Amino acid sequence: MFVHYAQLGLLSLRRNPLLTALMIMSIAFGVAASMVTYAVFRAVSGDPIPQKSAHLFAPQVDNWGPQYNRKGEPASAMTYTDAMALMHAHKAKRQTVLFQVLMSVMPTQGSGLPFKSAGYATYGDFFSMFDVPFQYGQGWNAQDDDNRAAVAVISRDLNQKLFGGANSVGREIELEEQTYRIVGVTEHWDPKPRFFDMFNGNAYTDASEVYIPFTHAIDLKMDTGGNNSCSGVGNRGVGWDGWIRGECVWISPWVELDSKADADEYLQFLHAYAQEQQRAGRFSWAPNVRLRDVNAWLEFQHAVPPESRLSLTVALGFFVICLVNTIGLLLAKFMRRAPEIGIRRALGASRADIYRQFLAEAGMVGLAGGVLGLFLTGLGMAGAGMVFEPQIARLAHLDMSLVALTLLVAIGATVLAAFYPTWRAAQVQPAWQLKSN
Amino acid sequence: MQIKPILSALRQHKAGTVLIAMQIALTLAIVCNALFIIQQRLAHLSEPSGIDETHLFVVENQWVGKPSPDQLDAQIRADLSALRQLSSVQDASVSNSYPLHGGGWDDGLKLKPDQANATTEAAIYFADEHMLATLGLKLIAGRNFRADEIGHMGIRDALAPPVIVITKALAEKLFPSVDGHANAALGKTVYLMSNRTTIIGIVDQLQSQSVARWAADFAHRSVLVPLRLVSPQGTYYLIQAKPGQLDAAMHAAEPTLLAQSRKRVISDKDGLLSFAEVRAHAYDSDYGMAVLMGIVCVVLLAITAAGIVGLTSFWVGQRRRQIGVRRALGATRRDILSYFMTENLLISSGGALLGVLLAVTMNLWLVIRFEMQHLSLLYVFIGVAILLLLGQCAVLAPAMRAAQVSPVEATRTV
Repeated sequence: MFVHYAQLGLLSLRRNPLLTALMIMSIAFGVAASMVTYAVFRAVSGDPIPQKSAHLFAPQVDNWGPQYNRKGEPASAMTYTDAMALMHAHKAKRQTVLFQVLMSVMPTQGSGLPFKSAGYATYGDFFSMFDVPFQYGQGWNAQDDDNRAAVAVISRDLNQKLFGGANSVGREIELEEQTYRIVGVTEHWDPKPRFFDMFNGNAYTDASEVYIPFTHAIDLKMDTGGNNSCSGVGNRGVGWDGWIRGECVWISPWVELDSKADADEYLQFLHAYAQEQQRAGRFSWAPNVRLRDVNAWLEFQHAVPPESRLSLTVALGFFVICLVNTIGLLLAKFMRRAPEIGIRRALGASRADIYRQFLAEAGMVGLAGGVLGLFLTGLGMAGAGMVFEPQIARLAHLDMSLVALTLLVAIGATVLAAFYPTWRAAQVQPAWQLKSN
Repeated sequence: MQIKPILSALRQHKAGTVLIAMQIALTLAIVCNALFIIQQRLAHLSEPSGIDETHLFVVENQWVGKPSPDQLDAQIRADLSALRQLSSVQDASVSNSYPLHGGGWDDGLKLKPDQANATTEAAIYFADEHMLATLGLKLIAGRNFRADEIGHMGIRDALAPPVIVITKALAEKLFPSVDGHANAALGKTVYLMSNRTTIIGIVDQLQSQSVARWAADFAHRSVLVPLRLVSPQGTYYLIQAKPGQLDAAMHAAEPTLLAQSRKRVISDKDGLLSFAEVRAHAYDSDYGMAVLMGIVCVVLLAITAAGIVGLTSFWVGQRRRQIGVRRALGATRRDILSYFMTENLLISSGGALLGVLLAVTMNLWLVIRFEMQHLSLLYVFIGVAILLLLGQCAVLAPAMRAAQVSPVEATRTV
């Protein structure tokens, strides 16, 4: 029976090509606008590490105080002093601190010019905490951290560039004219947004290529390749040695905690640490600490660009208008067929039959709108770079789930829009129609 | 035109009337706000930077290894003199950042050393005596730096220049004067955080390094300090090419620098940028938003027009007999035409009224949610005018078809 109604629907669509085309285009544009903006939104609002996001936390300690902090919130990064205190306290299951490094890499073969690779100076726990997948070897261990060893982990891409993709574990790499021994090569790994380095505005930048021990970087007096924020505080320190003892923040700390109880305990530890600093005279304010998990951290750091949210909102409004438009057009289309409905009803069709027939017809409109909408969505994805920042636009892609969603939304919304026109159609009085004709 | 019969006829088509009115209201709400967003974004991206951009380009020069500050300073000076000697180059200078770059150094300025909070934040640009000429900045008071005033400092040293040049916008913020003259700041002492310095010159305009919202407070408040920043991370060479020789200068820059020393990295990807590229990149999200809102407006108006055409056509078809009767009773074609036009005007006006409310509500929500500004009433008026006009245009074709209905229709049954 459904097939019959669908066929009737198709026939009817052909009868009024202009009205039908208007409806289909309306649905298609509405659904395409919503889908393109949704794909971008989905890309930027997703959980970058779903299997662990509830167990990874970014601790914050307010070292600026109410006068210089931002609206009562502690800074988004830490001073060297506080970061070291957290590492030495060793209160979490795993912990790391990190800062961005930008290092020149000397090509291994030929007389190629050096190039720059971005990455992080961090602790060995980084790799296990963030589930970094390895192609060859593994991350360095705690002993390497303690020994302040000159070891490095490089990315698959950098390994390709330097060693043609061969297993380079144990080989040497020259970074900023220093020699490091490669201990691991990561698989392609690029969580988006890069939750662990929101402080440097690196949420959507290119994948990092190189990792070295934090302790070794400090030995080399390496400066951060990322941000350094001092707010209005006077104690900034002079020279590199002064700077790392000053109150400027530039290090992102992360801890892994298994349970709610562990998290509570860690928060208490942060509180106690801040209290201790207050007693020591470094802080002249009550402890102000935070412990946010990955998703809370992304929310706090506004990982979703306002443009993305705004355009999704506008696109949804746009879709609603398209649906209102469709209701009007369907109403016109269905009511134009009042005589036909009258005859069908007079010949014994029940109201339910009318409902089925017209909803099936609306379903066909929705399907056609969805297919055209899919095409427009594809077109919109290709042009997304014009509207969103290129590094964000390229994250959006048309996958199977989005294709299914597009068709489903188009059909569902059209059928929903058809309820009122169909109800009106079902109200047609057979006698009245027959009489007037 | 008699309104009353139209209104009573509309009562027979409540659903259609309400749908058109609703569509117009929603469209108006979105179009007003979209136009306003477009205007805001365009205003933002057409803010002048104060620099002569046409023949300007930037080289991002990163160092290899960890040379000492003195070595780096010597290298930078050698680089600059080599760049300035190029026949295609007008002038060249060096800084830690540049307008629209995105990142850089900003710091607080104080009027008294013991002041707790800074009077204002300002963009800090490191500069030598060639900076004003290279960027084409207009000095409106005081003087430029002298060559012998230029020093150098490491990235973690204290920023303590004895003299500075500031922008007019910053001068007016620091020393507001009754007659709006920026000269009041000239020769005054201010504090870069806690370090005393004297304002020796004022330039007309120099935008800060970021056009993002976080830097909006000090958008045009900039300070030039007579120092070369020697950072192991790298430095930016700003180069003003001679008119018409931008391409030549951009081609010559990298080989010239590599000839000075090969211990540097100039990235293939973005190591060499014309200022046009810098500008495009800085504003790509603003530009994108304006484009998106533009597309939304156009498509939305088209869909609304199509909806009006569709529903009105349906009404015309439904009322052919009544139109025939009216024509038979003496109504002219003009009367029929104006009947449908007026009908649409009534519905549209009702929709527009509701739409104005919706537009304002939507804007209030955007203000809260996205820190947007309050919608100016001008955009509401423009939106209303566009939609009323659109309604009239859309209804024209079906109304003309209605006007063509012959009086004979009155006698036909179907």
